[in-house]
Parts: sequence; structure tokens; C-alpha cells
Amino acid sequence: MQMKLSINGQAHDVDVPAASLLVEVLRDTLGLTGTHIGCDTSQCGACNVLVDGVAVKSCTMLAAQAEGAAITTVEGLGSPDALHPMQQAFRDAHGLQCGFCTPGMVMAGLEIVRKHGTSLTPELVAHELEGNLCRCTGYLNIVKAIVAGAAAMEAAHA
Amino acid sequence: MRDFALVRPASLADAAAAFAGGGEATYLAGGHTLIPAMKSRLRMPDAVIDLAGLGLSGISTDGKRLWIGAMTRHADVATGARAIPGLAALASGIGDAQVRNRGTLGGSVANNDPAADYPAACLALDAVIETDRGAHTADDFFQGMFSTALAEGEIITRIGFAIPARSAYAKFRHPASRYAVVGVYVADHGGHWRVAVTGAGPGVFRWAEAEAAIAAGGALPAMAADDLNSDIHAGPEYRAHLCGVMLKQALAGLA
Repeated sequence: MQMKLSINGQAHDVDVPAASLLVEVLRDTLGLTGTHIGCDTSQCGACNVLVDGVAVKSCTMLAAQAEGAAITTVEGLGSPDALHPMQQAFRDAHGLQCGFCTPGMVMAGLEIVRKHGTSLTPELVAHELEGNLCRCTGYLNIVKAIVAGAAAMEAAHA
Repeated sequence: MRDFALVRPASLADAAAAFAGGGEATYLAGGHTLIPAMKSRLRMPDAVIDLAGLGLSGISTDGKRLWIGAMTRHADVATGARAIPGLAALASGIGDAQVRNRGTLGGSVANNDPAADYPAACLALDAVIETDRGAHTADDFFQGMFSTALAEGEIITRIGFAIPARSAYAKFRHPASRYAVVGVYVADHGGHWRVAVTGAGPGVFRWAEAEAAIAAGGALPAMAADDLNSDIHAGPEYRAHLCGVMLKQALAGLA
């Protein structure tokens, strides 16, 4: 099936089976392996991407359902030399151990900012993160990173 | 996942025609039950008919009922169902944030999972379930585990919830799946009470003894464990106990 996808501001024409998941097309067809597959059962959030700015689990969405939408993956946030403030905050707060859940956590952090703004409490972040699992159980620093990342996003816009 | 033909109709008539087009067909709403079921090959449809292009989302009120389009996402019900705070709170407790950004009201109601939240709201809020072919009352709609009054190929278009004087939903969430181990929705329709229970039995049901006891101001009843669900998460006695606890929590949270 021919699909036109808009990913990180770039248009892609792909020819994949209709049953392809968005995460499969991102990783296997387009080589955007920053988006991870953790559980593949809509639990862990490692596959979070933004669809028109809203966080979704790309393992539970057909690529075809993303046609016409603007997809943002972790590759679209910043560059190694100029990390997005939310990415930089994960680095600064040591918000990762093995790193597997990190792309999804960063996207979840952006979703929390979208919904609640840039002034966040650890309690709110912990509650809103319930759709993301960290098997290293490094949640304390992840929560700190998202609180700090949100504040840094505010400062970057000030 | 086995491959299928994806159909994207622009009208209800085209959707129904595609459904009747031969082979096993299924409608796709938010996909948060269907896609996992297809991944595990519990479902292997030949045709998947995406309802996203039919304009079936949105929230409005006519004063008596809050009408919510079938394709409205849980996240939008959570923020938009202001006329019924209990329903908005219920929607904000479904799944997790990312799931609520995709899952839909109509998909959940059509699926009628015995542990889903929306069926309890439909029953307690005396909902009207409108379809491309007519309308069903919630009392007639839910017919036990994954079974509804929908005919083959019938499409839910919108659901009208009676706006109660007060209502609330309390659920004992399974911590991993976030489905209701037991959920109880209580609604005060001006002295006439409706109480619906999900998660406890093979399908959502009204708790007539609780409705009568609340209306009469009497002692709350105990739920009988007979015929309640038993699985690795909870046995029937525990679920029966939870029914009473969730009933009290819902009554304490009426708004």
C-alpha cells in the first residue's frame, strides 16, 4: 500500500503492507531507530511519538492512520550538538540508565508540557508518566529531568 | 499481524457497503483493542474499515443529554464532558495518557469488554446509543461479555448521556492494564438512582438493590459473590467486597 507520511518535517512516500504499524515503518522502512519497541502491547511507552503534537504509542497505530498528520520522533527534536531542552535535562539529571525507555520518556515529557505547561510538580509528572515503564526503575531522576526540562523549555522561549 | 485491505470510506453508507463487501470485515475506531487483537491473531480480518473520515467526533448538549460522537477520544471526553463531571473523571482514568489520545468512546462501547469503564457510564446515565440504523437504549444494548445489540455491520454514530443531578464513578484499577477489577458508576437523576457495575461480572449490569437502598435512604446492600468473575487478579468474594467499597467511594464523590 502506498502511503505518504510526514515525519520530522520531511515527506516520505513508502510502499508497505496495510497492516504495518507506525513504529515498524519508522524503524524498519525509514531507519529512524530512535523510536523503540519495548513491550509491543501498549504498556511501556518506549514507542511514543507525537502525532500532530500529541503523544501516542506508535506500536498501537497503523502507519496508514498517520497519513495526513505531522509525525515527530525523537530524531526530530534536536541534534547531538544542540539537544532539545528536554533531552538536555535528561542528560543533566542523569534521567537514564540503560537508555532503552528514554526516547519514549522524552516524548512523554513533551506531552506533559503540552497538557500542563512548563511549571510542573514531581507529583504531577509521576502521575502523568503512568504509561511509560523504566525497567531500570530510574524514575526519580526521570521525573526530575522532566520537571527541569519543562522549566528549560520555558526559559528557552522567554 | 496478518495483512488486510484497508478501506477509508467518506460516508456511513460507504462504510456499511465496504463491511458487506465479502470476507471478514471489521471497523477501526481508535484501534486500541483491535490492533492488539490483530497482533496476537485473535482477529484476522480480510478488510479493515477505518471510520476516521466520517466526522463522528465532537461533544454537544441539548440541555437534557450530553451527546458525544463515537470517534471522540477519551482525552477529549476527559476535558470536554463538563456537563457530567463523573463522566469526564471516568474518561481521565482510562488506560494512560497516550492510550487516551487514541482510544474512542464508540470503540469501547461497541467492544463491550466486561472490564471496560464506559459501559458502566452508559447504563448509569441511561444513555441512548445512536447508530447508522437507529438507536438503542443502554439497558438493551449490553448483552454480556463482548456482546451487544449491534447488528452485523451496524455503526455507532454518537451516544447521548442523560445529564444527572449528580454522578460519580469509582474503580479499583488493575495496576498494569488499568482496566476495572471492579468499577461502580452511581447517578442521581433527581431522586431516581441508577447504579451500574463493571469488571465484577461477565458483563456490565445494574445493581437494583443498591439503587433501591440509596433511593430509600436505607443501609447499602452487600453484593452476592455468585456468578461474579474469577481470574488470576481476583476471586468472586473479593470482587463482591470491592463492589460495596466502590459503591461507597462513588457515593462519597458525587458531583
